[in-house]
Amino acid sequence: MSKPLLEIRGLTRTFGGGRRWFGHDIPGVHAIQGIDLDVAQGETLGIVGESGCGKSSLARLLVGLDTPTAGQILFAGEDLQALRKKDRYALSRRLQYVFQDPLSSLNPRKRIRDILAAPLRHLRGLEGTALDRRLSELMEVVNLRPEFISRYPHEFSGGQAQRIGIARALAAEPKLLVLDEPVSALDVSIQAQVLKLLRRLKDEFDLTYLFISHDLSVVEAISDRIAVMYFGRIIEQAPSRRLFHSPAHPYTRLLLDSAPVPGGPPIRAESGESELPDPLAPPPGCSFAPRCPKAEPDCRQAVPLLDTLGQRGDHRVACHHPIEGPWRRLDTQEVNETANE
Amino acid sequence: MTNFIRLIARNRLAAFGGIMLVLLVLLCLITPWLPLDDPNITSPENRLKPPLSAGHLLGTDALGRDILSRLLWGTRVSLAVGIAASLVAAFFGSLIGIVAGYFGGRTDNTMMRGIDMLMAFPYILLALAIVAVLGPGLMNALYAIAIVNIPFFARNIRGVTVGIAHREFIDAARLSGKGHIRILASEILPNVLPVIVITMSTTVGWMILETAGLSFLGLGAQPPQADLGSMLGEGRRMMLNAPHVAVLPGLVIFLLVMSINLLGDGIRDALDPRLKSGALSRPAPFTHIRRRQVPPENGSAANALLDVQDLHTHFEVGRRTHRAVNGVSFTIRHNECLGLVGESGSGKSVTALSLLGLVASPPGVITEGRIALEGRDLLDLPHRSIRRIRGRNVAYVFQDPLSTLHPLFRVGHQLIEAIQQHQAIPRQEARELAVSLLDQVRIPNAERRADQYPHELSGGMRQRVGIAMALANNPQLIVADEPTTALDVTVQAQILALIQNLRETKGTSVLFITHDFGVVSQVCDRVAVMYAGRIVEIGPTADILDDPRHPYTQRLIDCVPRLGEPNNEPAAIPGLPPAADALPEGCAFADRCDLAEDACLRGDIALRATDSDRQVRCIKPLGLPTRQGVMQ
Ligand SMILES: Nc1ncnc2c1ncn2[C@@H]1O[C@H](COP(=O)(O)OP(=O)(O)OP(=O)(O)O)[C@@H](O)[C@H]1O
Ligand code: SF4
Ligand code: SF4
Ligand SMILES: [Mg+2]
Repeated sequence: MSKPLLEIRGLTRTFGGGRRWFGHDIPGVHAIQGIDLDVAQGETLGIVGESGCGKSSLARLLVGLDTPTAGQILFAGEDLQALRKKDRYALSRRLQYVFQDPLSSLNPRKRIRDILAAPLRHLRGLEGTALDRRLSELMEVVNLRPEFISRYPHEFSGGQAQRIGIARALAAEPKLLVLDEPVSALDVSIQAQVLKLLRRLKDEFDLTYLFISHDLSVVEAISDRIAVMYFGRIIEQAPSRRLFHSPAHPYTRLLLDSAPVPGGPPIRAESGESELPDPLAPPPGCSFAPRCPKAEPDCRQAVPLLDTLGQRGDHRVACHHPIEGPWRRLDTQEVNETANE
Repeated sequence: MTNFIRLIARNRLAAFGGIMLVLLVLLCLITPWLPLDDPNITSPENRLKPPLSAGHLLGTDALGRDILSRLLWGTRVSLAVGIAASLVAAFFGSLIGIVAGYFGGRTDNTMMRGIDMLMAFPYILLALAIVAVLGPGLMNALYAIAIVNIPFFARNIRGVTVGIAHREFIDAARLSGKGHIRILASEILPNVLPVIVITMSTTVGWMILETAGLSFLGLGAQPPQADLGSMLGEGRRMMLNAPHVAVLPGLVIFLLVMSINLLGDGIRDALDPRLKSGALSRPAPFTHIRRRQVPPENGSAANALLDVQDLHTHFEVGRRTHRAVNGVSFTIRHNECLGLVGESGSGKSVTALSLLGLVASPPGVITEGRIALEGRDLLDLPHRSIRRIRGRNVAYVFQDPLSTLHPLFRVGHQLIEAIQQHQAIPRQEARELAVSLLDQVRIPNAERRADQYPHELSGGMRQRVGIAMALANNPQLIVADEPTTALDVTVQAQILALIQNLRETKGTSVLFITHDFGVVSQVCDRVAVMYAGRIVEIGPTADILDDPRHPYTQRLIDCVPRLGEPNNEPAAIPGLPPAADALPEGCAFADRCDLAEDACLRGDIALRATDSDRQVRCIKPLGLPTRQGVMQ
């Protein structure tokens, strides 16, 4: 692998906290805790995790809608924060963002033309006929009829609105797209249309994707590599095939066991509380320990670090007792056994 | 714009105010060209003439000046000062509000503290103080009135701006390379402008009154200039011998302010988006029913718990009729779980809400059908009986549990209310029952959780409470409308297990609405697929998933990515479902169907049985044996 396009090193974001005038200091909430991640040029990296695990916080840090508390993001070898100090549009020309809710990411009082023209004007300096030409190109690229350009957002269905969101992101001619749950708000039939479009655009414009979703099957369908997040950390990371074949982290296995598949075997439900830990009082050691069926005493002492598993070096897991071997959904009998335990 | 004018015109009071105001303004505008005496020329010999005297239609005042002329010129001044003051207040107030709301944090704090300080003074006292400092005079009165009204605008506009500044399109604009000034001017302002206009239209009347007040006290317009307030002030002294001198300007102030306020209220209502969608008109507690004929009893469904036949629910919005549910029939047996799947807008929720008359009316109307619960047609029952069935025989669980939980009451309290509504048991017993319900839905530490408020629980916990509420009175049927859609997969797995468990232990039947075939195959015995307000296929879950008969079902299953089969690329269905107010003739899926032919576009396509327990609404069902073998 040549040098990665995006290198994330020790990225941390803490919300709140600080000193009060009287009384105790307020503890901060760690939304992102020391994330290390590489994304190669041209790959699609999927990020999965439950709500509240920090997926969107990570995405906002990357595109510059938020600033990290600590750590570094390098894009093609350049430090993004330093780059931004020199030119505040530098980030937006390199990385763009596609939002989860297609309609709320479009200003209801603006025509599609104005929404799409903004990045062309401000980030690419286009005007006049060049701008018009690019506008119709963009509409064509995302399969929207040219006459739609003079309409208002509320006249569009969810799927169409999401195409506009994608066109807006593409207008800046970025190298990398951060897609934050881009199809979660869409119906399955529309979801498939948008996924297909995303695949085509990636080839056509040589893009790199960071695809965030809570839906394992969607992530599996589109990603080359997948990172699993839990409570602000990446707890497992592997090529997509490998992750679904032999997930090593107990949490990844739990996710797979819980996902219902049409016509598939019964899913397994956790017996205890399935809650994320309280961010104000994080548990000592591994944050998954309170829910983990494999937890041992050492898990509650030291935070497991993301470490390579086996010889291949592309499968990394943060667990003191990773599970080996291929994953197989528990069949009915085993489910009953677990239920009786 | 024409729509806006129509909305105002529909509001009679506002229209009346509007017409009156237009007349007054017109009069003011043409005043310089009217054959009037100079308003400031005094003629002591003509003093205090009564109205209708020769040459002075409305009489004269203490200095012999023509009152009609002074009134018209005075209204001009009052109107101009009032409007100017509200423009100034709106400009500075909105500016402060927008900037504070957009930047938030320290900027917001500093600016709003300043505004709070202004507001701490009694309103009119502050105006008096300002005039006292600046000195009396019309312009200074204008400034004073404008300044005391700035906080009102600032607070209103700040509130709206905070809401908008956190919307995603502001982030999107930032990523499009727009700076703060551009975002304020071109993203935020257009969205707060209606609120500014509303605030102005409701305050301008008061500002005219306040200016008149200052002038009345002699702090505004200075002699000989006339404005309505100073005329009133001068007239006050001869209230007994020449009442018309004071009464006339008083009357004009009254008319002016009233017409402006009536129109302002009309503008506010017309611009309020909630009003346009009819959300402010209180819906009836039961859906209107307007059946022309009642389908006969269905003999074959005699032992079913719920039998729905040919249900039509329409929304009548203006001149359009949205046919949301358009002939839905299904049965649910005792202890059965029927899944209802379909894309957004296919009519799943409206079907579910129609069962107990929960569709908002207006605009919803049930126009046809029969809904039999254990043989009793619910659409025929008096409202009192329906109310008794709600929650006791049939209970709902919604996607967003907050829609059934009141944010200000402890969850235990709400459960007790739900129990006591249908069961006459003492509070202590109800409380024990409530805690045991929370226990049943696997809420750890139920005793303590019962004393918490909904916002103190996580999404999964809240949904469990929602299910506990539904269970409160041991219903025969639970209607669950996407109960797990907003939840994480691990929590979803627990809720699904809980529902399964309830069916096993209590024998409850379930109507389970979802768009996820994976979930359907976990919990449903049978499934009905909806498209454009109709069921297009119904049958046992496994059969339909393995071997769909309707082309839509097949395509819908094919576009779901399947876990563990990454090579199996989901196949998109091109196009969109038809709009509910423009359903085509024939098969509603025809324009997206590969197999469509002319016959599909004609007439009504019936739901017909293909196998003993399956029905499909298609003239060419898939996978049926034919003379040539199996049709592909
Ligand atoms: N109050 C209303 N006024 C007008 N039309 C309405 C109203 N409520 C629903 N509709 C229309 O009825 C149709 C069916 O809506 P419904 O909510 O039943 O769909 P659904 O299948 O539940 O979709 P979803 O998966 O999004 O929940 C839609 O076309 C919708 O626009
Ligand atoms: S470190 Fe221990 S508790 Fe954490 S996931 Fe691994 S086995 Fe479970
Ligand atoms: S009736 Fe015709 S158009 Fe409709 S689904 Fe069947 S084959 Fe397709
Ligand atoms: Mg619905």
